[in-house]
Amino acid sequence: MIAAVTWFSDPAHWSGQNGVPYRLFQHVGISLVSVLIAMAIALPLGLYIGHTRRGQAFAVNLANVGRAIPSLAAIAIVVPFTQALDPGPGFNLYPTVIAMIVLAIPPILVNTYAGVSGVDADLVESARAMGMTERQVLTRVEVPVAIPIIVGGIRSASVQVIATATLGAIYGLGALGGFIVEGVAQNDDGQLFAGVLLVALLALLAEGGLALVQRRLAAPIAARAT
Amino acid sequence: MIDWGWIGDHLGAIAGRLGQHLELTVIALAVGFALSLGLAILSARVRPVRSIVIGIAGIVFTIPSLALFSALVPIIGLSLLTVEVPLVLYTLVIYVRNIVAGLDSVPPDVIEAADGMGYTANGRLARVELPLAVPLMIAGLRLASVSTIGLVTISGILGQSFGGLGFFIFERPTFATEILVGAVGSIALAISADVFLGRLQRRLTPWARAMDTQAGAAT
Repeated sequence: MIAAVTWFSDPAHWSGQNGVPYRLFQHVGISLVSVLIAMAIALPLGLYIGHTRRGQAFAVNLANVGRAIPSLAAIAIVVPFTQALDPGPGFNLYPTVIAMIVLAIPPILVNTYAGVSGVDADLVESARAMGMTERQVLTRVEVPVAIPIIVGGIRSASVQVIATATLGAIYGLGALGGFIVEGVAQNDDGQLFAGVLLVALLALLAEGGLALVQRRLAAPIAARAT
Repeated sequence: MIDWGWIGDHLGAIAGRLGQHLELTVIALAVGFALSLGLAILSARVRPVRSIVIGIAGIVFTIPSLALFSALVPIIGLSLLTVEVPLVLYTLVIYVRNIVAGLDSVPPDVIEAADGMGYTANGRLARVELPLAVPLMIAGLRLASVSTIGLVTISGILGQSFGGLGFFIFERPTFATEILVGAVGSIALAISADVFLGRLQRRLTPWARAMDTQAGAAT
């Protein structure tokens, strides 16, 4: 731990492409892009399945398979293909992003459809009885009620992605995993622990931030229910 | 792209690595379960322990596995323990949560009825609460085995003595055939374990089938 403090206090570690700010930016960027793409796929699918209750078995199986795939294997399996298409980023960027999307889809998908399909049936019926269209039932009743659960899925996906994106460093993707892989290779414990601290800190920050969003979004529903 | 000759020449090595993968996984799952059962029972009985355990569990998951394997090397050297300590630690997080949730899921009426029948606290735990927690425990075993299989793949970072099928991913990062053997093998192993334990789960708890679609949503 002291080694990490010494490492952090060296100004050379705070500049350039191997410095803390650049790699932190890389890590946040890759995680953000992966989670956003996963959301673009999983949210509409989860809303459709949750609202229509069609294809629940499909979603469960897809989520189980997605959860079962080892993250390093998910990165490694695409390396030979993307590298053949595009030697540079195909080796060090695309494999990690693709694997992180695969990793982030299951929690978002499961929470979205479980949240929407778990909305009180009486509530949905009365919304229909009031003359709401299916679209209105979804956007004005189901989504607002389910939103804390949906955000919960995004939250666990983000934490997983931030912690796992470190694996990309094995294939030369810098980001925060770079400090860990280089720390190991160079027997530099300070750099290794600095990398661990940065990743854990970023993950906890995402966890805390999204937990806050989750509570904010849940509050008005709880207030109205009482 | 795939060098089938290499695969043919290395079938023995592949089988050996598969065996290693299973061995490392099973040790972690067994040791982790024994420890978790103790921790979970303690957490269910003593409230402060529970918040500490759940708190630590949340933090362990934010530590990148790649780092946990490597960080132990300067401290305890390179041995079976260097692989198993992180593996067990990650299984604890999953098991304890599931066992505690299982114990929590026992309806208060059932506990009251058991007390009324004259069970002691320990007798009630062994004969009533733990059996009722079995479905969630098996769900925990399923999650833990899939996660452990994936982590064994990553343990290949520790060099050629470990890694199971992950060894092939690390040995030569530019040789497509070897990478694919390691990656496809790991994925196939994890998915088989998931499917097998999923079947076992359904076989042992047929009444839970209706709840199956709701399971797994994290709040």
